[in-house]
Amino acid sequence: MDLSYGHEYDTFREEVKSFIQAHKHKQPGPGDGLKSPALREWQRLLIENGYHSRTIPSEYGGFGAEPDIIKSRIIAEEFGAARMHRGFNGQGVTMLTPVLLEMGSETQKQAFVGPTINAEIIWCQGYSEPGAGSDLASLTTKAELDGDEWVINGQKIWTSTAHHADWIFCLVRTEPDAPKHLGISFLLFRMDTPGIEIRPLVDMTGDANFNEVFFTDVRVPKDQIVGERGQGWQVANAILGHERGSLATPDAALNRLNGVARLMREESINGTPIMDNPIFRDRLMKLEGRALAMQYNDMRLLSAKINKNQDVRLAAMIVKLAGTELRHEIECLGIDVMGEIGLGYGDNPHVRGHGAWQYQYMFYLGLIIGGGTSQIQKNIISERGLGMPKEPKIPAASAK
Amino acid sequence: MEFGLSQDQLLLDDSLRKYLSTEVSLESVRKVAASDVSDNDMWRGLADMGLAGIVIPEAHGGAELGMLDAVAVAEALGYAACPGPFLSTAIMGAHLLNRAGATDPLAGMASGDYRVGVAFSDFVGARKGQVTEVNSQLSGQSLYALDADADAYLVALADGRVYMVETEHLARQSLTTIDVTRSVCELNFSQTPACLVTDDAQLVRDTIYRGRTIQAADTLGAAQYMLDQAVAYSLDRKQFNRAIGSFQAVKHMCAEMASQLEPCRSFVWYAGHAFDEMDNEAALTACHAKAHLAEVGQFVAKTSTEVHGGMGFTDLVGLHYWFKRIGFNRQLLGSPEQVRHEAARLQGLCDA
Repeated sequence: MDLSYGHEYDTFREEVKSFIQAHKHKQPGPGDGLKSPALREWQRLLIENGYHSRTIPSEYGGFGAEPDIIKSRIIAEEFGAARMHRGFNGQGVTMLTPVLLEMGSETQKQAFVGPTINAEIIWCQGYSEPGAGSDLASLTTKAELDGDEWVINGQKIWTSTAHHADWIFCLVRTEPDAPKHLGISFLLFRMDTPGIEIRPLVDMTGDANFNEVFFTDVRVPKDQIVGERGQGWQVANAILGHERGSLATPDAALNRLNGVARLMREESINGTPIMDNPIFRDRLMKLEGRALAMQYNDMRLLSAKINKNQDVRLAAMIVKLAGTELRHEIECLGIDVMGEIGLGYGDNPHVRGHGAWQYQYMFYLGLIIGGGTSQIQKNIISERGLGMPKEPKIPAASAK
Repeated sequence: MEFGLSQDQLLLDDSLRKYLSTEVSLESVRKVAASDVSDNDMWRGLADMGLAGIVIPEAHGGAELGMLDAVAVAEALGYAACPGPFLSTAIMGAHLLNRAGATDPLAGMASGDYRVGVAFSDFVGARKGQVTEVNSQLSGQSLYALDADADAYLVALADGRVYMVETEHLARQSLTTIDVTRSVCELNFSQTPACLVTDDAQLVRDTIYRGRTIQAADTLGAAQYMLDQAVAYSLDRKQFNRAIGSFQAVKHMCAEMASQLEPCRSFVWYAGHAFDEMDNEAALTACHAKAHLAEVGQFVAKTSTEVHGGMGFTDLVGLHYWFKRIGFNRQLLGSPEQVRHEAARLQGLCDA
C-alpha cells in the first residue's frame, strides 16, 4: 500500500497551483453562457496549458500529452480545491471526442475534434426514445438512404442541451431487417437541418434540463456516419461506459456532506444547534462512513489504472448505483436538518444554499434513473460481476 | 501509488486461505460449537504459521508485521468463521503489552502457548458491573471478557488503567452468546491480586481502535462468504424449472449485497494502512470502518440468508455461524451508534 503519488509529481502539483494563482481571476462567471467569448477564451487557455483535452493529440487541437492518470488526478484535485472552472465539458467533449478518436475517419477527426474541445461546436446526444429507455437497442428512429442522403424520421427524448446544440450525435435504425443490436448506425448532423423540432421537457425540478427532439424527413449527407452501417451499437456502448462512472464522484459527495455539517452548525431549533441533536448527528456519521467507503473505493480504482494487475471490475461496476443513491441521501439529510425551512425553493427569500438542497435531491433522483437505472445497474452487477444468469428471453411477439 | 495488498500480503493471504480451507471446515466449527473440541488446536495451527505473533516484535518471537497484514488475516479468518482468540490475544493483548513495555508474556503469546484475554467493557462502556482497584487488588465483575480459555486477562478500568490478572487468581464463568467461534466469559474479582500494566488511557483507546479495525475486516470476510454462498446457492437451486439466480428479484438482492460490500474492502485496507502510515487518521477511520461494516454486514447476513430460503434458516447449511459472527462483531467493543458517536466526537462535532 502506497498512497503517495511520488516526488516526481510534487513539481507538477506546484505548476498547477501557480497556474491557478495566476489565472483564477480570468475564469468565466455564472453569466458567461455556453457560447460566450469568455468561455471560449478560457477553454483555449486551459488547453494551451494542458489543463483540458490534455491527452488529445495536438494534430487535432489537443495538448498532446502522454496519458498520465496521476497528473490528471492532480489537476482535478487542485482545480477542485480552488473551485476553479474546469472549462466546458459537454457531451461532445466527454463522450463524442473519445469515440471519434477511436472510430472516426480522418476527415471526421480533423473536422470535429478541434472545434468540439474548443467549445466552438456544442453537441447533444440523441440516444433514448420514448419507447427505448433501458432497452435502448429497440430504438425505432429510422434513417433511409435516398441517393447521397440519409432521410431521418422519428423522435428522441432526454436530449440535454438540444436547444443550445449546433450538432447532434444520434443513433438511428438503418437496417430494419437485421437483429436489433446490428441494425443501428451512428450519425452526426447539424441541429439547424430542416425538419428538426425541439420541445423543452420540464422536469420535477421545474427546469427544462432535457428536451424532446422530433425528426421529420431530416436530410443528412451520407458520409456523416461514424463507423460502418449497423455498427452504431458498438460505438454507443463504448461511450456509455464513459458516462456511468462520472455521474457520482466521491469528492463531490464528501463536499456536500461537509455542507450538511455546516448547515447543522448554523441552523438551530429553539436555540439549540442541530449538530447537538444526536439523531441528526448519527445520520450524518452514517453517511460519512458510506462516503468514505466510496472514496477509498475510488482510490482503488485509480490505483488499478496504474497497476494493471489489480482486478477491480466489480469495484468499478457498483460506482453508479452506490454513488447516486448515496448522493440522493446526503441531499435528503440536508433538507431534513432544516425542517420546514428546507421546504423553501426557487425565489423563496428564506432558502439556504440558493435552494440547492431540494434541487439536488430531485436532480439526483433523476441521475439514479438516468444513464442506466439502478435496476439495470443491478442486472449488470449480478450478471457481469457475480456471474448470475440472464433473465430468460420471452420469445418476441409475432408481428401484427 | 498502489492501493491494495502487496505481493507479500497476497502470498500470506493465499497460504492462510489454503490452510483454512483444509483445516477449518464447517465440521470443525460444529465440533467447537458442541464443545467436543477446544479451539486451541486450531489456534496452535495458526500460531505455527506465525499469526499468533503477527504484531509482536521479532525480538520476542513474533512476525513484527503491520496492521494492514493483520487486516488481511482477519478477513480470511472471518471468511472461514475460524474459531480462536486472534482479536483478543494476537491483536489487542499483544499490542497493549508491547507498547506498555510489559514484554515478558509476548514470546509465549507468539508461540501460541499463552493466551491473553481482554476485559475492556468498563472502558468501552460498562452496562453492568464495575471493577475497582485498592492496593493492587481488583474487586467486582467484568462481563463479556474476550476468550474464555485465556491464561491471563488484561482488565481495563473505567479510568484507563489496565491490570493483568492470572486466571488461577480469579473466578471465571464462560458465557453463552450467539457466536460459538469466539468465546467470552465473566470475570469475578474479590481482592484479586493484579499487576498494573499501564495507566495510559490513550494506549487503551489505541488498542480498542485496532480491535475495531480487525472486527471490521472480520465482518468483511464473513459477509463475503455469505455473499459467495448466496450466489452459489442461487445457481444451484431450481424452482419453476429455473435456477433461482436467474430471477431478477434474487439477482438484485445479490447485486445490492455486492454493491455495499465491495467498497468495504478498500475501507478496511485503508483503515489498516492508517495505523501503519497515517497515525492522525487511524482513530477516526477505525470507528467509521467498524460502524460501517456493522451495518453492511448486517444487511448481507440477512439478505444472504433470505436468498437461501428456508434452507438458510436451518442448521443444515450452517450459514448461521457466519450470521452470528457478524452479529458478534457488531456489538462487541461498541455498537454502531456508540462508535459513530465517537467518530463525531473525534471530529469535534460534539462533546463526550
